Amino acid sequence: MSVIDVTDLRKSYGGHAAVDGVSFTVEEGEIFGILGPNGAGKTTTVECVEGLRVPDAGRVRVTGLDPVTDHQEVTRVLGAQLQQSELQPKLTVREALELYASFYPHPADWRPLAERLGLTGKLTTRFGKLSGGQKQRLFIALALIGNPRVVVLDELTTGLDPRARRDTWELIEDVRAGGVTVLLVTHFMEEAQRLCDRIAVIDRGRIAALDTPAGLIRRSAGATVISFTPSAPLDDTDLGALPGLASVQHKDGRITLSGTDETVNAVITLLARSRVTAHQLRVTDATLDDAFLDLTEATA
Amino acid sequence: MSTDVLDTAVLRTEFRLFRREPGGIFWIMLFPTMLLVILGSIPSFREADPALGGLRPVDAYVPVAVLLGLIIGGLQGMPPTLTGYRETGILRRMSTTPVRPAALLTAQMVVLGAASLLSALVTLAVGRLAFGVGLPQQPFGYLVALLLALLASLALGAVLCAVSRTAKIATAIGSTALFPSMFTAGVWLPVEAMPDLLADIVGWTPFGAAAQALNEAAAGDWPGPLRLAVLAFWTVLLTAAASRWFRWE
Repeated sequence: MSVIDVTDLRKSYGGHAAVDGVSFTVEEGEIFGILGPNGAGKTTTVECVEGLRVPDAGRVRVTGLDPVTDHQEVTRVLGAQLQQSELQPKLTVREALELYASFYPHPADWRPLAERLGLTGKLTTRFGKLSGGQKQRLFIALALIGNPRVVVLDELTTGLDPRARRDTWELIEDVRAGGVTVLLVTHFMEEAQRLCDRIAVIDRGRIAALDTPAGLIRRSAGATVISFTPSAPLDDTDLGALPGLASVQHKDGRITLSGTDETVNAVITLLARSRVTAHQLRVTDATLDDAFLDLTEATA
Repeated sequence: MSTDVLDTAVLRTEFRLFRREPGGIFWIMLFPTMLLVILGSIPSFREADPALGGLRPVDAYVPVAVLLGLIIGGLQGMPPTLTGYRETGILRRMSTTPVRPAALLTAQMVVLGAASLLSALVTLAVGRLAFGVGLPQQPFGYLVALLLALLASLALGAVLCAVSRTAKIATAIGSTALFPSMFTAGVWLPVEAMPDLLADIVGWTPFGAAAQALNEAAAGDWPGPLRLAVLAFWTVLLTAAASRWFRWE
């Protein structure tokens, strides 16, 4: 059953189309990522899902409800972490957790949540005295405090240090294991690759690709990267003739090729035939980074 | 308990936050009484003045100090706070929860209203105990005039929130609006001591009408219907303007 259903969503600001016909569905228990360059329309899209903005056209449904006309019902099932927001500067962490828990019919216990997010030592600290990362963790807690069926996280781990980021990823995986559907806006490829079941790449208000992280990587031109330092120079025409080759780079005597699995086999054959030894041979998959750059450049 | 515009948890939180604002507590709850004490300490202010119809200046300044607390609450307390809540996304964050951001507006009005009324009580008590100023002879009429003035002040504060984009602008506009409001309430010259023409003009402003209504009730008369009508008119007009222009984000 789809929990979030977006069909042909459009939203313009002053004649500029921020979102220009976006459609996707998110299934129950899925972690769905929205990836895209700055200003691509990611936040506008999720704000329409949260009911914070009224779409110009198109249809948005969250558990079958309209986030604008059924706003009250949607807020009970949807937890949101906004890209930018604050709380009253003199409100303490504990007061914020208790206050927001009181808004929901069946809230989560805030104590274990605060514990998971490393906020236990900060319960009596006022919001205004928290560091950026602590504020961020508090907002993640507030997004989860109503025991939502869906959470929308806009730039989940921005401002977090690497350890807090990893802890947060584990928390999100646990939340999903509990059956919660997650809509995640991010520009960290590592985060998207680690967490997301499927990713929509949005570029200039449109969906440029929608696939699993592995699927997106496979689609990119140079899905596999082969690098080595040859013991003797190799002929450029031989290299250029490799099947599936996407690019060749020479740097300080080291050759870096990108291509497909077929390219890998052909390189090994070529090396053997030329009796050249490949020192420090490395074969790696392209990352989501490469795929992302390919996808968003293709339309640029 | 929670309805569309009132949430007890939000109200409790805003009460708690108000207690953490020494500036707000001082200006709304202590400053008006302090002003009365300072003026009342001047010997000539404790002598009957024919220009005030035989009242002593300190008698005339009790309603002024009562009004001052609610003017400061409405114009200095509410606009920067609420505009700041909007500017920093607090209202927006709340609108993603089942509680509406209107609950914050209501809570601010209740908290500042309560603080202003408490300030009025303190002023009346200090006036009575320290300077022998009689308590209002027509207490019910006094209360009606006071509540109407409070609503007008909060509505004016809400209008200032509506037209200010940032908390800084709200503070600046609030301070600018404070001086004419204080003048019409009689802070520099009690309305009874104003020349007739000036008093008539001031009588058409919300706080001028409020000052006259409070004076009448203090003396034992029911406040004139024109005074109350002027106050009610301003309250309705300002509330309509605020609800027309107020933006939640």
